[in-house]
Amino acid sequence: MKLFKSKRQAGLIASPYMAWAFIFIVVPLCMVIYYGFTDSAGRFTFDNVATIMKPGYFKALVRSIELALISTLVCFILSYPLGMILAGMKLKKNAYIVTLFILPMWMNFLLRTLTWMTLLEGKGVINTVLEFFHLPTISIINTPSAIVLGMVYNFLPFMILPIYNALNRIDENVINAARDLGANTLQTFLRIILPLSLPGILSGITMVFIPALTTFAISTMLGGSKILLIGNIIEQEFTQLYDWHLGSGLSIVLMIFILINMIVEAIYDSEGGMRR
Amino acid sequence: MKKVLTRIYLIIILIFMYAPIFTLIVLSFNSSKSRARWGGFTLGWYINLLSDEAVASALINTLTIAVLATIFSTIIGTFTCIAMIGLSPKLRSVIMGITNIPMINADIVTGISLMLLFRFLHLSSGFSTILLAHITFNIPFVMLSVMPRVKNLNFYVYEAALDLGANPAYAFTKTILPDIIPGIVSGALMAFTMSLDDFIITYFTKGSGFETLSTLIYNEVKRGIQPEIYALSAIIFVVVLALLLIVYRAPQAKSKEK
Repeated sequence: MKLFKSKRQAGLIASPYMAWAFIFIVVPLCMVIYYGFTDSAGRFTFDNVATIMKPGYFKALVRSIELALISTLVCFILSYPLGMILAGMKLKKNAYIVTLFILPMWMNFLLRTLTWMTLLEGKGVINTVLEFFHLPTISIINTPSAIVLGMVYNFLPFMILPIYNALNRIDENVINAARDLGANTLQTFLRIILPLSLPGILSGITMVFIPALTTFAISTMLGGSKILLIGNIIEQEFTQLYDWHLGSGLSIVLMIFILINMIVEAIYDSEGGMRR
Repeated sequence: MKKVLTRIYLIIILIFMYAPIFTLIVLSFNSSKSRARWGGFTLGWYINLLSDEAVASALINTLTIAVLATIFSTIIGTFTCIAMIGLSPKLRSVIMGITNIPMINADIVTGISLMLLFRFLHLSSGFSTILLAHITFNIPFVMLSVMPRVKNLNFYVYEAALDLGANPAYAFTKTILPDIIPGIVSGALMAFTMSLDDFIITYFTKGSGFETLSTLIYNEVKRGIQPEIYALSAIIFVVVLALLLIVYRAPQAKSKEK
């Protein structure tokens, strides 16, 4: 392999990006950690991170985790059967049908959330239709349910895509072999299909859980100003209260959750080694 | 029976996904400002939208940033991927590890971390800071899509070209580039769409007075939804749909040629 004259030449070509990544990825993260562990006088402190244990903040964190877990679960329950149906179709036009299900992903995220504001409002579209048929109206706007609905609607494609890819990659011969050896439908599913699709499920869970846990736009738009998620609190610290230290401290708490998620995935990755 | 059930399931999910979007499109033609009443057909909101300078400048900002960020990130990402072959495995895994950070990290953390950096460097927030931020989160997408192509390269062809008298640049463009072009194109497309769609990172790095479409919509929504926004949604949806159809058709048409 003689693409480069020496390691130094390769290093030279890679160096702009190495510098870039250092300045714009590593340094900013270090700054968040620095601000998170110092007070406004620059002294070391745990107070910013520990603020998460204060009632209002802790409540927001628990609520965020709750809503993110529910949304992730709903997305999974909706996506898995869908993935199986799509993977089972094995048609040439398959690609088009799959595209249909992930197309909304390309539509602006705020507009997708906005649609649900319009639909769910007190005098919104859904209630108007319900009233027309003399049915009881619903009032879920500005409630946690509306936020979950918004999360599911926004992040569903992120669950569908990896699950479908994992299921689609399963070699049909393996399933046939299980059948030949006497496994029934349930056994085949539990012992062949489900374990083989696990990497897809895990990557879907990450892709839904992390944005759902950290969102502030969905809760602002669908939760009114009453329901604060941890993302809203961090956003306020930076854009309204200008307390960068506290905001960074709370971000460190968020990063701990992301780290846990990463480790769990890494463990399964090294075991399965099938992802990507 | 099973077939009917799966069809019904597919249709229910599709309705869930598309009914809200179509409702918006219908409302964009509604002459009544109220969402609850149909006041007759109008194109007025579209006309208002087109004469709205804030929307026009936000659109131009969004597109300029997306195009520039795509170009820069594609160039940097591609060259880095190629250079990776010549690096030691240890350095390679360090680079890939750092590259993965923006992909795994929450957007809000990436956004505030960049905001802290820009404030520290006393860069005035606006076009340039957004562009720097977008290039940063786009490079990983480009690299993830180019890297598998680079790994599968066959360097014997490159060496053969050199042996047969081609100079390195010529050999590179004739043997290596064609193999990685599909990765570069899909990486660039990915970067472009990510850039267009981004809200959170832009929100934290934009400063006041500079808007992209996403931040403009967010501000508008906070003030109360105007029907012009529905018209904007409808236009964006149709454009996205058209772009996707073109993108999905293009590779198929090419493979048919072969």
